[in-house]
Amino acid sequence: MEGNMQIKKESTGSELLRRFKYNKSAVFGLIIVLFMVFCAVTADIIAPNDPYPSPPVLANKLKPGFWNDNGAEGMPLGSDGLGRCVLSRIIYGARVSLTAGFVAVAIAMILGIAFGVLSGYFGGWVDAVIMRIVDVMFAFPALLLAIVIVTVVGQGLEKAMIAIGIVYSPQMARIIRSSVLYIKEMEYIELQKAIGSSHWRIILRHVIPNSIAPVIVYGTLMLATAILDCAALGFLGLGAQPPTPEWGAMLSNSYSYIVSGAWWAATFPGIAILLSVLGLNLLGDGLRDILDPRLKQ
Amino acid sequence: MKWYITKRLLMLIPVLLGASILVFSLIHLAPGDPARTIAGEHASIQTIERIQEKYGLNKPLPTQYWIWLKQALQGDFGRSIVSNEYVSKEIWHRFPNTVELTLLAMFIAIVVGVIAGIVSASRQYSFLDYGFMGVALFGVSMPVFWLGIMLMMIFGVYLRWFPIGGRISIMIPFTRITGFYLLDSVIAGNWEAFISALRHLILPAVALGTIPMATVARVTRSSMLEVLRQDFIRTERAKGLSERLVIYKHAVRNALIPVVTVIGLNFGLLLAGAILTETVFSWPGLGRYVVKAVQMRDYPAVQGCVLFFAFIFVIVNLITDIIYVYIDPRIKYQ
Repeated sequence: MEGNMQIKKESTGSELLRRFKYNKSAVFGLIIVLFMVFCAVTADIIAPNDPYPSPPVLANKLKPGFWNDNGAEGMPLGSDGLGRCVLSRIIYGARVSLTAGFVAVAIAMILGIAFGVLSGYFGGWVDAVIMRIVDVMFAFPALLLAIVIVTVVGQGLEKAMIAIGIVYSPQMARIIRSSVLYIKEMEYIELQKAIGSSHWRIILRHVIPNSIAPVIVYGTLMLATAILDCAALGFLGLGAQPPTPEWGAMLSNSYSYIVSGAWWAATFPGIAILLSVLGLNLLGDGLRDILDPRLKQ
Repeated sequence: MKWYITKRLLMLIPVLLGASILVFSLIHLAPGDPARTIAGEHASIQTIERIQEKYGLNKPLPTQYWIWLKQALQGDFGRSIVSNEYVSKEIWHRFPNTVELTLLAMFIAIVVGVIAGIVSASRQYSFLDYGFMGVALFGVSMPVFWLGIMLMMIFGVYLRWFPIGGRISIMIPFTRITGFYLLDSVIAGNWEAFISALRHLILPAVALGTIPMATVARVTRSSMLEVLRQDFIRTERAKGLSERLVIYKHAVRNALIPVVTVIGLNFGLLLAGAILTETVFSWPGLGRYVVKAVQMRDYPAVQGCVLFFAFIFVIVNLITDIIYVYIDPRIKYQ
């Protein structure tokens, strides 16, 4: 994929928008993502119940939802092991999971852009040192490295976001670097150097803005995996801690109940993860097709 | 080719050295005194000092690293704080289970993924094509631990076709030879154990294999479509070869090159997926051990396992690169 990062210069905003509208899967992805964002933003209004009533109403424990006549009243997707409304927790969970994914990707982008630009623009020993560190980080499966970092800095949602941001940054750094390597050979950069612009000015005004397209595409796709990995850490008990309604943690707290027949508490949070990731994947693939038409079949 | 492999192997040394420094320093940056963790909350200062002495925790960090590295190179990662067993022994005891799981998962992923990809491409825009690709799209977006739970629920709890966890039924006597349950039961001629071990293996392997399966199917399809549009395929068709021969003899061979890369990349991801799958299915493998070690703050075990994982990961990636160069003569290796 490297080397295909530059976008066509003649692309205007309206042309991009037109291409986007004709890309059915991208539009579908965007709709799913917007729906999730809507749930996250309006959770206080649309959630039918309190996601963590205190004290918990244990009489409502593990009641089925709308599909059963004896279902819990006012809880369409049933209740979990502590009698809490599964639907409300999923809606609040959108807030938690989307924020977590977003923060993780933001951290990865900031670190990745900083190191990628330094590496690509200055080259030489700066490049060598940064790329060796990147190589070392690539020697670990991302989730495993995140687990190790969480072990060190401690468990919890914030720490899980930071850990995932850190382990994703090498990928971003490599993408940015290859794009910077290309851009810095362009004539307009040479011009800037000739008129005596400082390195920082060239980097901030010219190099970064021109290498941003791949960042958007990979950022979207990365958001999908970040949500998955945050949920995975939550599932392992290393991410969000109870009673936070985080999808992965909800799954891990309720999957032991499937043996007793209470399938809903573990099923629906997973569907929420699946849908968000699916939406982001569709949107990311679509954006790639639009921003880089040469990759399109 | 030999030179290329040698060079790549030599390049692994600094990477693994860096990985060992990273793992070691991360663990030692952790807040809290490991000696206190070992001794327990109410230990006296004398006990803690004795433990520091025993584990070499009172020495300066670079010295500790050097000692640890020297031992690690000899396959000794120290003793687990929790079980007091050698970490290397714990790893070797569990590693075969992870290998069996990942290999079967990858096998399922490759066979089903490649077939689905070929069928989809040769019948582009057909009902089958849309069906396979729709499933594949869901497959790449699925959290592996959730899929595991769903499979366990449907095929384990409701249909009772498969056991819901563990490696083998505890009712069956089993003698450990190599540590690979399937292999050992065949060697011993213990078919009852073989069936039980296989039945325990199927659900986790399907769960773990689904994501790479979906990726393999998608890549196979797009690569096949690419190849089918090329001139030599048109020539084959013009020569009057049957469509079956064109696809299976000529197109597939050329289309599988990018698939190999994807398979290699996914092998690495499988290791991460194994951590989750093993946790769901109480699978006695390395992934579950890492999670337990992390939860118990068993630092020697975490260090050993993570470094071992990194070692396997880079080796698998290297093998992929070599196979890639080997099967595609168009790629130059310097």
